[in-house]
Amino acid sequence: MTVLSLVDAVVLLGRFPALSGASLHVAAGESVLLQGPNGAGKSTLLRLCAGLLPLESGSAEVLGHNLVDDRQRVRPKVGFVGHRTMLYDDLTVAENLRFWGRLAKVDDALTDAAARRLRIDDRLQGVLVRQLSAGQRRRVALAVAAARQPQLWLLDEPHAGLDQAGRDIVDDVVRDATEAGACVLIASHELDRVRPIVQRQVTVAGGLVREEVADAA
Amino acid sequence: MLRDVGLIANKDLRAELRSRVALNQIVPFALLILVLFGFALDADSTTLATFTPGLYWVAIVLSALLAVHRSVELEAGDGASDALLLTGVTPVAVFLGKALALLAELWLLAFFLLGGVLVLYQPPVADLPLLIATILVAVIGIAAAGTLYGALISGQRARETVLPILLLPVLAPVVIGASRAFADAMATVATNGWAWLALLGAFGGSYLVIGSYSYGLVLEDFS
Repeated sequence: MTVLSLVDAVVLLGRFPALSGASLHVAAGESVLLQGPNGAGKSTLLRLCAGLLPLESGSAEVLGHNLVDDRQRVRPKVGFVGHRTMLYDDLTVAENLRFWGRLAKVDDALTDAAARRLRIDDRLQGVLVRQLSAGQRRRVALAVAAARQPQLWLLDEPHAGLDQAGRDIVDDVVRDATEAGACVLIASHELDRVRPIVQRQVTVAGGLVREEVADAA
Repeated sequence: MLRDVGLIANKDLRAELRSRVALNQIVPFALLILVLFGFALDADSTTLATFTPGLYWVAIVLSALLAVHRSVELEAGDGASDALLLTGVTPVAVFLGKALALLAELWLLAFFLLGGVLVLYQPPVADLPLLIATILVAVIGIAAAGTLYGALISGQRARETVLPILLLPVLAPVVIGASRAFADAMATVATNGWAWLALLGAFGGSYLVIGSYSYGLVLEDFS
């Protein structure tokens, strides 16, 4: 079953074509590494798949929804963790987890389980987000996404700022997600770190998905 | 949807209580405006009492700009506006939740400042219920319009300077209507303050409806 299908997708950021005809197909249970230089369009591709950017031309279907006229319905089904952690600085970790979980209609028990999975202990839960390190913030952001049990994970540099233990946790989250049948797209420059946990990799350059290398793992 | 409205309003108010921006910055700013008006008008008690309605509402609107900006920054700071979209929550709930939180903050500020002008400017109070009703109703319009226009400029780089340029003309009817209603309540101008109050109600209601319908479009295209 195809979870994600982009054909000649064009996305404009202002007048700049951040994606200029990208095509990509990903099946359920697949994990894919997006590699490429800075400004190649990796983050834009992830944001498009999350339904956060409009498609200018081409076609795109994610989780059975056409991104041209139905991208709002894609959003609650994806777990998107971008460069920004999308947390409120003036709330504690626990308050952020509860707020985002309840707003997304996630049971509190699932949120608690996701926090435990990301090793967010009771001490950390009471800390204001503004007092967290970059790595801790990223773990909380991953917990927010994990609580929703998304069918499609979209991770932009998920290992950035994490210590070794945190990186291992991210790897486990990706493996668990694919084993559970979810699809994972990871944009990263840390190729040696990500290659072992993905099934294939593609190169994004100049707004295009230029090549695919099979069986990266 | 009401649950989502409550969640969002509670989140904004909790963040505000933690950061104390309103208490430590907006309230002192509003008080400074009142004091500066006093200096500018030579602290002449008759003049100050006469112009209290206008001075009060200008102080409220200028202070509201800071509160609206703070409300915008909460979402824009670390990309939370994207996260709101990703939850699938309806834009109406986001609009009403944020407007409700802003309304609560502005009501508190407005009543605090009312005490300030009564002490500093010592205007006569002929109709206290009208004074209170004017604050309750006029601030609804400020909160609704502020929430909508705040979202409109949230994606702009120079949002701090764009917000007053966009929002102040929109709030001009509130300043006019609320000043007239206050003038009647303070017996400084012979006018029908309750009629002005009805106009303020229409303004607030209109912006609640406009905001509810257009907030989704604004979030999609301008955040």
